[in-house]
Amino acid sequence: MTRDIHASAIADAVKKLCMEANYALEPDMLRAFDRALGTERSAAGRQVLTILKENAQLARTKMIPYCQDTGFVVCFVELGQDVHVTGGSLADAINEGVRQGYGEGYLRASIVRSPFDRVNTGDNTPAVIHVDVVPGATLKIQIMAKGGGCENRSKYKMLTPAEGLEGVKAWILECIRTAGPDACPPLIAGVGVGGTFEKAAVLSKRALFRELGTPNPDLVVDALEREVLERANRLGIGPQGYGGDTTAFGIHILTYPCHITSLPVAVTIECHAHRHKEAML
Amino acid sequence: MISAGADGIKDVSPPLDVADVVSLKAGDRVRITGVLYTARDAAHARLLPLIEAGQPLPVDVRGQIIYYTGPSPARPGEIVGSIGPTTGGRMDKFTPALLRLGLKGTIGKGARSEPVKAALREEKAVYFGAIGGAGAVLSRFVKKVSIVAYEDLGTEAIRRLEVEGFPAIVVNDCHGGDLYEDGVREFSRE
Repeated sequence: MTRDIHASAIADAVKKLCMEANYALEPDMLRAFDRALGTERSAAGRQVLTILKENAQLARTKMIPYCQDTGFVVCFVELGQDVHVTGGSLADAINEGVRQGYGEGYLRASIVRSPFDRVNTGDNTPAVIHVDVVPGATLKIQIMAKGGGCENRSKYKMLTPAEGLEGVKAWILECIRTAGPDACPPLIAGVGVGGTFEKAAVLSKRALFRELGTPNPDLVVDALEREVLERANRLGIGPQGYGGDTTAFGIHILTYPCHITSLPVAVTIECHAHRHKEAML
Repeated sequence: MISAGADGIKDVSPPLDVADVVSLKAGDRVRITGVLYTARDAAHARLLPLIEAGQPLPVDVRGQIIYYTGPSPARPGEIVGSIGPTTGGRMDKFTPALLRLGLKGTIGKGARSEPVKAALREEKAVYFGAIGGAGAVLSRFVKKVSIVAYEDLGTEAIRRLEVEGFPAIVVNDCHGGDLYEDGVREFSRE
């Protein structure tokens, strides 16, 4: 039995997600600000966190984007194999939603049509779309409005198996240290370990969708995340890099089997404007 | 012009002269009132060939402050959309030439290169940090906006902003002070 989902329903959902993501930070982020205010020693750091809370409140009530960089729309789709998309292609529907959301929502157009001629597409399309076909008859859409400043600090490294767990820890910390004040800390590191070059990079993005403050279901990886977070917050960079104890809000890691020769590690750096939303059709 | 507020925050009003810049130290909190000009990557890329050819710029930068930002569109009835700073380091290639023309300040977020810090010392200028990602809050300090050049660049056009009490902090002063380095030195527990 297949289930029909019309392209216009997908576009409507994406439009709404784009607007909501940019106006209303998710509760996990707001809780992270509060937790940090309880532990931050730096007066400048506490002041930044207080202003960011105020910013979140103003963005939500006035429907003005939390950050003027309203992001590159990164879209993860879980398409049930019994779903039949009607009335157009899935990718066109998603991009139509982005076009409408960014236009009607007074969100900034930040995408250029070519990395070389750099002419703005004017409507923030296209999105970056990752599709997984899964069992079932539902369509899950997760979007992230990914800021450019922090994305520019994302990095990749092929470690050797001999470098192991300690090498992975050191590399994540190195990415956070070199991101420094440029990436708008407090930041979140999405980390993909394993797979191939591109698999690790995609995992590092997907990892960011886990609710902040929740444990990793894998106990070994959870311990790794906690240790790296603790060490990241000893770097002293602090909110906005003005010095302090809150350099990172979370380290989120996803892993995948890998080749006997390889230990790929991709780190996506995400800023405190962590705008993520999802919908199920 | 710069005056010290009773609350310890310095009031800054462009145009700035050398004495103004010399009085600012890394870590000083400031409130800026007056005119700021926006420019980011694409506008800077257009200014550089003009500077190299010795031609006039669309804005006389002497004594002025450039704010690195590309605002989101204003809703009807609003003056401006979200308007927080973008990463200053991407403008490093262009900044020393602008400072040599008399630009006295830039506002952004994130670290600057050694050549920019050297130019801040040599030309007597300052780099301010505004809170990255606080674009909604920062929009409240903008009282007027007009486009002065490169309208075709959209969000990257050069805009003239009139701001009142715009909050910032001195990141790099003209004495070699660096708030980011000071911050890590004070709070690192490695």
